[in-house]
Amino acid sequence: MADQSKLGLRLEGLEICHGDRRLVALNHEIAPGEVLTLMGPSGVGKSTLLSAVIGTLSPEFRLLGEIFLNGQIITNLPPHQRNVGILFQETLLFPHMSVGANLAFGLASGGTRAERRERVNLALAKVGLEGFADRDPATLSGGQRARVALMRTLLAKPQALLLDEPFSGLDAALRTKIRKLVFEQARAQNLPVLMVTHDGEDAAAAGGEVITLGG
Amino acid sequence: MKTHWLKIAVLGALVPLTSWADTDPKNWDLVLEKAQGQTVYWNAWGGSPTTNAFIEWAGDRVKEEFGVTVEHVKLTDTADAVTRVLSEKEVDKDQGGAIDLIWINGANFASMKDAELLFGPWAEDLPGWRHVDVVGKSVQSDFTVPVEGFESPWAMAQVVFMYDTADIADPLPSANAILDWAKAHPGRYTYPQPPDFLGTTFLKQMLVELIDNSEELALPATDDNYDAVTAPLWDYLAELTPVLWREGRAYPPSGTRQIQLMNDGELDLAISFSPGAASTAIANYELPDTVRTFVLDKGTIGNASYVAIPYNSSAKEGAMVLANFLLSAEAQANAQDPNVLGYGTVLDVAGLPEEDKKRFDSLDLGIATLSPAELGRAQAEPHPSWMTRIADDWQKRYGVAQ
Amino acid sequence: MQTQHTFLPFLPALTLLALLGPVVGGLYGTLLPAFGHLPAAGLSGPSLDPFRGLLAWPGFLPSVRLSMVTGIGAAFLSLSVVALILAGWSGTRAFRWVERLLSPLLSVPHAAAAFGLAFLIAPSGWVVRLFSPWLTGWERPPDVLILQDPLGLSLIAGLVVKEVPFLLLMSISAMGQVGGAKQLAVAQSLGYGRVAGWLAVVFPAIYVRIRLPVLVVLAWSMSVVDVAVILGPSTPSTLSVQIVRWMSDPDLTFRLQAAAAALVQLGLVIVALLVWTAAEWSLVQLSKRYFHMGRRHARDRVLRGVGAGLAGTVSLALILGLLGLVLWSFAGFWSFPDLLPQQFTLRSWQRHSAGSFDALTETALIAGCVVTLGIVLTLGCLEAEERHNLRLTSKGMWLLYLPLLVPQTAFIPGLQTLLLNFGLETGRGAVILAHLVFVLPYLRLSLQDPWMQWDRRQAVSSAALGASPRRIFWRVRLPMLLAPILTAIAVGVAVSVGQYLPTLLIGGGRVETLTTEAVALASGGDRRAIGVFGLLQTAAALLPFAIALVVPAVIWRNRKGLRHG
Repeated sequence: MADQSKLGLRLEGLEICHGDRRLVALNHEIAPGEVLTLMGPSGVGKSTLLSAVIGTLSPEFRLLGEIFLNGQIITNLPPHQRNVGILFQETLLFPHMSVGANLAFGLASGGTRAERRERVNLALAKVGLEGFADRDPATLSGGQRARVALMRTLLAKPQALLLDEPFSGLDAALRTKIRKLVFEQARAQNLPVLMVTHDGEDAAAAGGEVITLGG
Repeated sequence: MKTHWLKIAVLGALVPLTSWADTDPKNWDLVLEKAQGQTVYWNAWGGSPTTNAFIEWAGDRVKEEFGVTVEHVKLTDTADAVTRVLSEKEVDKDQGGAIDLIWINGANFASMKDAELLFGPWAEDLPGWRHVDVVGKSVQSDFTVPVEGFESPWAMAQVVFMYDTADIADPLPSANAILDWAKAHPGRYTYPQPPDFLGTTFLKQMLVELIDNSEELALPATDDNYDAVTAPLWDYLAELTPVLWREGRAYPPSGTRQIQLMNDGELDLAISFSPGAASTAIANYELPDTVRTFVLDKGTIGNASYVAIPYNSSAKEGAMVLANFLLSAEAQANAQDPNVLGYGTVLDVAGLPEEDKKRFDSLDLGIATLSPAELGRAQAEPHPSWMTRIADDWQKRYGVAQ
Repeated sequence: MQTQHTFLPFLPALTLLALLGPVVGGLYGTLLPAFGHLPAAGLSGPSLDPFRGLLAWPGFLPSVRLSMVTGIGAAFLSLSVVALILAGWSGTRAFRWVERLLSPLLSVPHAAAAFGLAFLIAPSGWVVRLFSPWLTGWERPPDVLILQDPLGLSLIAGLVVKEVPFLLLMSISAMGQVGGAKQLAVAQSLGYGRVAGWLAVVFPAIYVRIRLPVLVVLAWSMSVVDVAVILGPSTPSTLSVQIVRWMSDPDLTFRLQAAAAALVQLGLVIVALLVWTAAEWSLVQLSKRYFHMGRRHARDRVLRGVGAGLAGTVSLALILGLLGLVLWSFAGFWSFPDLLPQQFTLRSWQRHSAGSFDALTETALIAGCVVTLGIVLTLGCLEAEERHNLRLTSKGMWLLYLPLLVPQTAFIPGLQTLLLNFGLETGRGAVILAHLVFVLPYLRLSLQDPWMQWDRRQAVSSAALGASPRRIFWRVRLPMLLAPILTAIAVGVAVSVGQYLPTLLIGGGRVETLTTEAVALASGGDRRAIGVFGLLQTAAALLPFAIALVVPAVIWRNRKGLRHG
């Protein structure tokens, strides 16, 4: 077990530049179970920052500083080795796989077929979607899709969670419910969360620190 | 063909007579024994579905009877096979060559024999040879080149003209009769575009027909006599061409297209090198049943098709067994059946045993096929050199006429 | 990147080699004998004799003229017809009908389409029969030169009929990208007639996108062999047909003359491309001045009618042509002026069953190998470009189109000569590599857009779940792109099935596919045999398209998110 003080997601002197222009500069630490909310108008580089953390920054950008996750530098790791999960507004469920197969795709490898199926069903049950394993994701409602996407991300056992305006596609009633679910689950698993949003309510519900970029 | 002749001449001078330790065809029992289990690669023109079917049938029969497997290598041009054997000889591949039997005649035979690319002599030692009609059919000289047992005949061909009796009342038995008719009915006759084989055959036939002394044609053409000898042919074409189909501005590319055009009613008259072709075409719905055939009063050119064995064949015995089977009354009568090939036989039918004779007597040659008596005696082929020059000349005069 | 992917960066280079190696090698192999160097025939250069021989051939000038006129004429006519159809009808219900009708016909091999057309327009063909003798009074077909006419008009018609569907479908996909429908609406709201408005505002944007395909049509029309053998004149024929004749002459010295002619052919195509470019430029100037005058041409009913007529004619020519093939393959006796055969029979199919089965097997084997290789290279390239952030620039597009722009007759004979000089066997393997040259560009072109349009965040979200690039490629991207990949495969198969010249020459005449058999039979002229082989050829090209439609629909029948896209 790593040193307690180093747990969480730490952005140390992080700067993203495009040519000579500096888009974002951030120096921050997100402890496990905490949420950092980034706000600001479109085009200030919120999503660019997320892609830097997740490791898909387009090569036209330049990245300075380091990203630490639980004490380890992940700045230059390929995306699939970072253990950082992400949820988008579009749930991006794989349309060619069933709901169960989508979850199994997220589930870390290992275990027998039956065990894996069991864990997928358990995850579905956790979000009130018992018996949905064989469904076509395209037949789900928006709220159901969001819940599947969340569980798919969590099954991969991430050590941090990024949220890219994950609730903006949902109507008001559903929004509150899903938001609550996501934050609950993240807290239960003690994940540091970095959220990008337009919506003040999201920020308020997250309860953590809010940074407004640009503007 | 120029380089061929050159290469062949050089090779002929350099390579001594090939000595061979192959089975003597006179010892037929030994041939049969060795042939058992051999595979014969028969290189034959593959452009006609009917001949392909006949070759397949022959292959099945020798497999049953003698245990010889036949593979038909379908050629688009027999010269390809000649080139192949030649290039094998150039790299000293004197055994295990790729070709065991070639359907051949004329210029290709002449060049292979000349360059000693052929196994033999063997043909006159085949058991089947004794029924071949050596007197009545020109099977011992091929386009004026003596055969000398280096190839075995298997089919006779002779020029006939097909005419639609619905449009032409009587046969047109001479070059001038054809010309007069064509002038009276412009646009209803043409011939395949040389260098197509049937097109050059028409030119050849008219040459033989138009000149008084055809003996000169038996010898190679020379710069001295070529112009004078062929002058009547070019005069004739000068008169004929303007009244040809499409005024000679286009020609059918092949004999098959010519038959199609006759079927479409575009042509009334067409040349063929197979006396049975018209009947076969009628049976296949390819010509109206009003089509009949005729030959010219002075006779028409005829020749035999042969099979030859390359010197480096790996299955000479099997090839000889196949060649011998092709001489059998069974194969010959089958080939003559207009529903199969409609080719003329090389056998002296009158001299056959009664049982074999019956096979021919029972054949219905078809409504458009002339009897052997009506076909008359075939005229000899001119020396191949005439044909090469005439085809080139035609190309210059008519092949690029805009 | 992990070590297991180290082969991936080599794929673009390998693809480039497969694409351009044969072209460059072939041109080199043409250059040497054109200047008298042919070791296989014991000849060594340099010498100008091959060119002297070529110039001395009395058919030289007429055949050069013929190639130029038919090529440029066919390309110009095809483009005009397409522009007129789109200008008058794009976006209408009638247009969607034409689009649906023509899309499957795109894969009808050239040779089969040409046979069909030949039977339609011959003096004893279907069109004349339809009106004879009751209207024309013709009991016998008229003695007029339609097929094989010296001006090459029927050849041009055959090329146009085949190229219009191709250019039309290319333009339709370009229309989607430039948002043509909205721009047309704007022009119409300003009072412009449909045709004038479309030509003024939409066509320039579309032309930029279909320019390379148009140039391909131009180069191809000038140098096509199979269609020219069937519909073109023979006294003399086009330069390309003559090149192939000389190449097949057993006398090797004729190859020198063929190589010289091939270089001339290349020169002709370059000249034609330059002429075309100059014409493009002057047309732009003219039209700028013209539209500056603001003439609205609101009444364009006649032009629209012509467009509809042309679309109908092209569709009918293709469909009736195919129908003609069907009827001939089952025909008993059938003579002029009967519209239908007197009886129907299975005889032609039975007669050709053995031969056609062999040819079908060979065709399928070659197409299978070519497309497998091609799709591996193409997907490999796309994936490698993605991972290493490479982009296909417009220069890269030219490289991709190069094998389609250089006339086949200019480099395929050279490739054969080169193989001969190295003592390499011509045969199936070489044919597969030669087909690959022409299949690769089409695979890339049909996969490019779907590949790029795929939502990359699917990859991000998979990677965030811990999936490696390899796993993302195989488990997420490929399955989601199944439909476009199968369509690309179908296009590749159709291209391979239709190849005539590379199969004939690189196969040394010994590799017999449906197309080589069909063209050989066509020059023979037995319509029943042509019917059988032409139909098999068409079926071989169409079947993969049917599979590409059906398979994803069946596999993803329970996946709504993958339908219609």
